[in-house]
Amino acid sequence: MQNSTSVFKLSIIGFGAVGQGVAKVVQNVPQLKVVAIADSKGVALMPDLEDVLARKRAGQPIANSDLTALDVIRTVEHDVVVEVTPTNIDDGEPGLTHVREALKNKRNVVTSNKGPLVAAFSELTHLARTQGVALRYEATVGGAMPIINLIRDTLAGARVLGIRGVLNGTCNYILTRMAEEALDYDQVLSEAQDMGIAEADPTYDVTGIDTACKVVILANAFFDRNATFADVNVTGIDRITQDALQLARQRGFVVKLIGDVQELTVSPKLIPLRHPLNVSGTLNAASILTDTAGEITVAGKGAGSIETASAILSDVLSIMRSRD
Amino acid sequence: MRISMDLELQDTPGQLIYVLTPVSDLGGNVMSVVHHHDKKTFRNTVPVSVIFDVEEHKLEELQKRLEKNGVTVVRIGKMRLRARTHILLIGHIIHTDLRHTIDEIDGTGFAEVQDLSLSMPAIDGPSSAVVTIMATGNEELKKAVEILKDIAQRKDLLVIVPIDESGISGGLSNAE
Ligand SMILES: NC(=O)c1ccc[n+]([C@@H]2O[C@H](COP(=O)([O-])OP(=O)(O)OC[C@H]3O[C@@H](n4cnc5c(N)ncnc54)[C@H](OP(=O)(O)O)[C@@H]3O)[C@@H](O)[C@H]2O)c1
Repeated sequence: MQNSTSVFKLSIIGFGAVGQGVAKVVQNVPQLKVVAIADSKGVALMPDLEDVLARKRAGQPIANSDLTALDVIRTVEHDVVVEVTPTNIDDGEPGLTHVREALKNKRNVVTSNKGPLVAAFSELTHLARTQGVALRYEATVGGAMPIINLIRDTLAGARVLGIRGVLNGTCNYILTRMAEEALDYDQVLSEAQDMGIAEADPTYDVTGIDTACKVVILANAFFDRNATFADVNVTGIDRITQDALQLARQRGFVVKLIGDVQELTVSPKLIPLRHPLNVSGTLNAASILTDTAGEITVAGKGAGSIETASAILSDVLSIMRSRD
Repeated sequence: MRISMDLELQDTPGQLIYVLTPVSDLGGNVMSVVHHHDKKTFRNTVPVSVIFDVEEHKLEELQKRLEKNGVTVVRIGKMRLRARTHILLIGHIIHTDLRHTIDEIDGTGFAEVQDLSLSMPAIDGPSSAVVTIMATGNEELKKAVEILKDIAQRKDLLVIVPIDESGISGGLSNAE
């Protein structure tokens, strides 16, 4: 109880869309104090958040010290490392080293970065347990859409029999636009790239890799599968044509890229128009089948700076509360 | 209406014609014929199972004609196709492959391709098709879908099935 009013200190490792979103949303919580922010070029110690955000927006360097991100994680005294560097599915780096070092130094970790969890899920969760700290990753799946904490906390006690969903907003946007506007795949893809919904290299999203990473994380978190990316059977959306979507429509279906956690598959599926997983645009949705609560479906914004930061904030706050 | 009939034929060559002729004379369409040579009866006849489509009101007439031809009708079953699913195919779909696939599914006796729509927007581009399959039950429907998937995957077609076919709540959707 004695700590309940004291400050809770965090570092933000990675200062892109999500890191900046975190810097914005933590300002709403007076108990939270950001002790360091790192981007790929350097570290701002004891940053003034508005000032650092303005610098980053203006393309100026944020660093005000000689420390590296790893130095911060190892030596600066704080409670939570918010790890939001780019996802790397080959070896999880640099995130994996950041997370591992944070846990070794008995710091809690909150991340939106799928890389470390896909590369070393059991190592990291085991390490967190033995170190007596938390590793939370709500934002890695579904952005602002609650799923991991929903299952872990709200549905505690129910046995999860299956999880499947629309877990990639870029794919969902492309398929929705193609079907609704009768546009070709290439056309919608470039439109999505212009709008910043798809990356310049869209491979990671459209071939189903991103969805597969989320499937791996959920499979490890809730089915003890010790799965890796290689265990997932993946088919993307890049071969889907506009007229195929029209044919499906005539039979009362839309096509969605569905990740099925129990099956460890990612593939396009026909979804009846009135099905709860028929969410449009960049939305994500997931259905959770449980033994006692039946089937529960959630939907929400799967990406976005502030949206993803909101999921990170909820993880940070639940760690802070559990310490009280 | 789809009919399955168990018959007994004399165990001499050429007997099948006494079955096939009346069926086609009445506008019927034979899907499958299986001889059970291993179950020869003491009357020296061979049990044969035939599956065919024929209009229901012609069934009585068919039975008369079969018996006039010396064919023993042991059992007549009316098969109802209860389970239905749609499958989307994308790729370089060639008509002959589809024909072959349909024949194979229709030939199972427990499933049939009820409908097929093909869309070929450009000569050199990929085409797509929706195949509607009906079967006597969910297990049979799954088998028919496997046949289609098998062929489609060999032809490098993308196969998109409805979510419930492999979904968490399981089971294919039944026809209304
Ligand atoms: N964007 C979303 O909506 C969303 C949603 C869910 C999950 N995620 C995940 O969240 C993570 C962050 O996403 P994002 O969109 O914010 O990515 P981003 O905009 O590319 O930002 C990545 C940040 O990490 C920094 N960085 C790279 N290497 C670093 C290193 N070795 N040490 C310290 N910082 C380093 C980059 O520095 P520079 O600024 O110097 O380049 C940049 O600031 C990714 O793993 C992503 O998959 C994102």
